[in-house]
Amino acid sequence: MADPMKIRASMSGDKVEVKVLMSHDMETGTRKNSKGETIPAHFIQHVTASHNGKVVLSAQWGPAVSKNPFLSFKFAGGKPGDKVSITWTDNKGDKRTDEATIS
Amino acid sequence: MNRTWEAAARAACAALFLAAGGALAQERTAVEEIERYRQALADGNPAELWEARGEALWKQKAGPKNASLEKCDLGLGPGVVKGAYAELPRYFADSGKVEDLESRLVTCRMTLQGLTAAEAKKDPFGGSGKKVVNDALVAFITAESRGHVMNVKTDHPKEAEAFEIGKTIFFHRGGPYDFACATCHAVDNIRIRLQDLPNLTKKADAQRAYTSWPAYRVSQGEVRTFQWRLEDCFRQQRFPHLEFTSEASVALTLFLAKNANGAPFNAPAIKR
Repeated sequence: MADPMKIRASMSGDKVEVKVLMSHDMETGTRKNSKGETIPAHFIQHVTASHNGKVVLSAQWGPAVSKNPFLSFKFAGGKPGDKVSITWTDNKGDKRTDEATIS
Repeated sequence: MNRTWEAAARAACAALFLAAGGALAQERTAVEEIERYRQALADGNPAELWEARGEALWKQKAGPKNASLEKCDLGLGPGVVKGAYAELPRYFADSGKVEDLESRLVTCRMTLQGLTAAEAKKDPFGGSGKKVVNDALVAFITAESRGHVMNVKTDHPKEAEAFEIGKTIFFHRGGPYDFACATCHAVDNIRIRLQDLPNLTKKADAQRAYTSWPAYRVSQGEVRTFQWRLEDCFRQQRFPHLEFTSEASVALTLFLAKNANGAPFNAPAIKR
């Protein structure tokens, strides 16, 4: 089970600014370990962000994204107290969803 | 006539502007570019993930005694975490030793959780696919001292002794390279590869360096603790291996920490 994400969501003018830190190895599949064996690829493929159940961001990611990725974006239509939920799915089928309240 | 003057004045202004622009670009040295890079990253410092994991580990029951670390005395009383790191290392009467944060955590994991010394010192530093307890706890505890002014004391004779030992190690030359910490860290404007090295004999540099550790190393994808920092400095000097939480490592930490007194602590930071 992956570690929880760290999500901050706050008002920035009339938009909501969301900042997300995800805990993930993001292995590219091209690196080798000390024995010379290829380390299998393991990376986040899909990220979705929802506001009160409605998808506001949907992204396809690949192995070029760094380890422990940081994602920041803004969307319109949110207000303090609303919930923002983020879900990622990786290439091994692991999944993690976390939620934050807009402040 | 007027028009010609105007055009000439405009051309002159443009030339001045270009010259100023060129000078500005030159003044922005590699050091400043690295600083800009750090600032750009600071907003999403993944060390926060370690902080969250460390807080959970601090409260989690573990070890043969099935106890959490919440009663661990970091110097300000059992369980007081806020501001504790700004006064470490210090002398602890219960163990009779001067301890830095990481050796104190070893002590607490032994006394409170019932681990053996070998178990508590095993795997202190994380790596690819390897999550460890020590660096997460350090990230959590140091983050609780962010903004607290460094205030390391040498009132106790053992603390004063450790300071002197640390100072001696800092200036001691040895090993196959005939190096000392001071070889790189007592001179201005010395670099290893791209990185500028702090001159630790100068107050401002010593403060800036000490208060920015532990740090998330982007190139390694890990939070690196101060014990790791010293161990790696020893490796780079080709010194004998610096044993985790050894007396020498704690003494050197106390020497460097005391030299940072007066500056607000500002870590876990983020580094290239």
